[in-house]
Amino acid sequence: MVDITRPTHTKTSRSEAIAFVLMVGFFMVAPAFIYPVFLMKMLCFALFACAFNLLIGYVGLLSFGHALYFGWASYLTAHSAKVWGFPPELAILTGAATAALFGLVAGSLAIRRQGIYFAMITLALAQMMFFFALQAKFTGGEDGIQAVPRGWLFGFINLQDQTNMYITVLVIFLAGFLLIYRIINSPFGEVLKAIRENEARAISLGYKTERYKLVAFVLSATLAGVAGGTKAIVLQIASLTDVNWPMSGEVVLMALVGGLGTVFGPVVGAFVIIAMQNYLAQVGTWVTVIQGVVFVICVLLFRRGIVGELANLLRIKL
Amino acid sequence: MKRLVGLAALSAALMCGTAQAQQITVKIGVMSDMSSLYADIAGPGSTAAAKLAIADFTKANPNVKVDLLSADHQNKADVGSSVVNQWFDVEKVDLVIDVPNSGIALAVSEIARAKNKAFIVSGAAASDLTGPKCNANTVHWTYDTWMLANGTGKALVKTGGDSWFFLTADYAFGHALERDTGAAVEANGGKVLNKVRHPLNTNDFSSFLLQAQASKAKIIGLANAGGDTINSIKQGAEFGIIRGGQKFAGLLVFASDVNALGLNTAQGLTLTESWYWDLNDNNRAWTKRWQAERAAAGKFPTMVQAGVYAGVTHYLKAVVSLKSAADGKAVIAEMKKMPTDDPLFGKGTVRADGRKVHDAYLFEVKKPAESKYPGDFYHLRATIPAAEAFRALKDGNCPLAGS
Repeated sequence: MVDITRPTHTKTSRSEAIAFVLMVGFFMVAPAFIYPVFLMKMLCFALFACAFNLLIGYVGLLSFGHALYFGWASYLTAHSAKVWGFPPELAILTGAATAALFGLVAGSLAIRRQGIYFAMITLALAQMMFFFALQAKFTGGEDGIQAVPRGWLFGFINLQDQTNMYITVLVIFLAGFLLIYRIINSPFGEVLKAIRENEARAISLGYKTERYKLVAFVLSATLAGVAGGTKAIVLQIASLTDVNWPMSGEVVLMALVGGLGTVFGPVVGAFVIIAMQNYLAQVGTWVTVIQGVVFVICVLLFRRGIVGELANLLRIKL
Repeated sequence: MKRLVGLAALSAALMCGTAQAQQITVKIGVMSDMSSLYADIAGPGSTAAAKLAIADFTKANPNVKVDLLSADHQNKADVGSSVVNQWFDVEKVDLVIDVPNSGIALAVSEIARAKNKAFIVSGAAASDLTGPKCNANTVHWTYDTWMLANGTGKALVKTGGDSWFFLTADYAFGHALERDTGAAVEANGGKVLNKVRHPLNTNDFSSFLLQAQASKAKIIGLANAGGDTINSIKQGAEFGIIRGGQKFAGLLVFASDVNALGLNTAQGLTLTESWYWDLNDNNRAWTKRWQAERAAAGKFPTMVQAGVYAGVTHYLKAVVSLKSAADGKAVIAEMKKMPTDDPLFGKGTVRADGRKVHDAYLFEVKKPAESKYPGDFYHLRATIPAAEAFRALKDGNCPLAGS
């Protein structure tokens, strides 16, 4: 896989730079021909999938409870914006802080175990908090929180305006994306990859791997929280869908379809999955069947995910 | 005088103009659960009902052109919300109808308000839609939790079921059903002996059912929904609860659930609905057409699907009366002003808070031996008149109900 004795970003980062410019270019012109609300939702899920990919793709930890951070951040963002009257930027930060806190607690419990046990602990904790969300008064149970005000960003940018909202979401997404890119290409990220490849060896080299894993876990949870909070502001709702386990599964699928351990994979994966949910919704009763077929095809033909296969084909890093 | 004649001539000309250009186009979107747990209650059957309503209406009013869209919200609030946003903004949809799943219905209601479009709820149960969260762009057609709780609670006590035991799903919806039904039972002289709460999506009801059996209550109220209700009825049949002389009262059970359970399992179950396909000739005739449209002879329409038909019909009448569907709030106001009259729900009204009121019926599921033909599910036990079937206008805390 990755040779950790050699710095990885030499000539390969050029293909990533080109792909990044293409991606930004696409999102700049996309609102002209794709419905902006759909694009914004897609960007939120793309950030969520990127945050998840940070953990699975670069530390090798399969969390099956990321809905916890995504969903609870969306609840706290919605609640703070609607009931406490927070401006959107503070509301999203509140959501992100909540996710970070949950990430710290769940992470410090879960990273003590590996593999399937790790996945099960994260799932169990997430389900615990799902039932709490179901019962708690402020989440509105199965009704959720509606009519979340979009408000004024920094007090002077009206987010009711679709264009302003879109630019805000795009900026949040790009900031999160670049942060993740920076993390995985930093010395810290190299250590994470070392842990992924061979944890025992990383320990023998003197790294306190638990600490690295915990930091990565909290970072991933926080960014998932930013995504969830932003989604609550964009769609103006927070509901049980966001905290329930199928959401945790969906983000795994996004990363898988796009390509695990690729920087752009989760973005493509999120685009594919959300587009399917949105546009197949109008096909009739076949949504779930078509989704299933697409997954089977992906697993059979694109083992590395769409972006992973593409990178392999062109012999570049994406 | 000259000016008057001029004005008259002008307005006459305008009227001729409108008479010629009276072509009204309306776009309706059926948002439902097409593939999951509510697909039989609403789903493709709701789309079929909407098609029938449009066919009937455009036959009588050839100047109206109606386009129909449908979508599957997959029980995801964000899918429902983004598709409806897209419908309103891009597809220029005028009316969204159905939306089973209260969380999504509340979200759609809010979007319809913000974008001044029309929304008719048939599939969702939350009485909040015409309560604190009501708005001037939403009509709640078929039923709500208050109607189910009150109808079943009250009518059963009056027909002798005066001691109750509740089997309640342990979350807000279950608690609300239990609270409302319990209140109706006690207000009518019945007694709630005990209750037990079970976690959501339970597979094993045995300990809860044994407690219910031991309580000797005449009625076991099922304050749960979907799979939980089905499971409790199935396992209750295995425990011989009905044979022991107790009765199940389903607080959220539909004809399609009874059909799926089979009469052998569901017999003796009591439930409230606002529409039943076998209630009169009109309903039976419509059911035949619905089955043909749906290409499913073994299925029977639910009250939710009938509500979609009636809702679309009344909406189109209001649009024709205004000659435009552009202003959602105005169309809804017109719907409230005009008395409703359709083949399925008969005559009725839409109240200021958006609540459509009509009669409700207490049914008991027949024994297999009593059922003479497919779909012969129910004995009619009581009719709850429209005035009592729904929560009183003043009790809903809907801001529109004031004044």
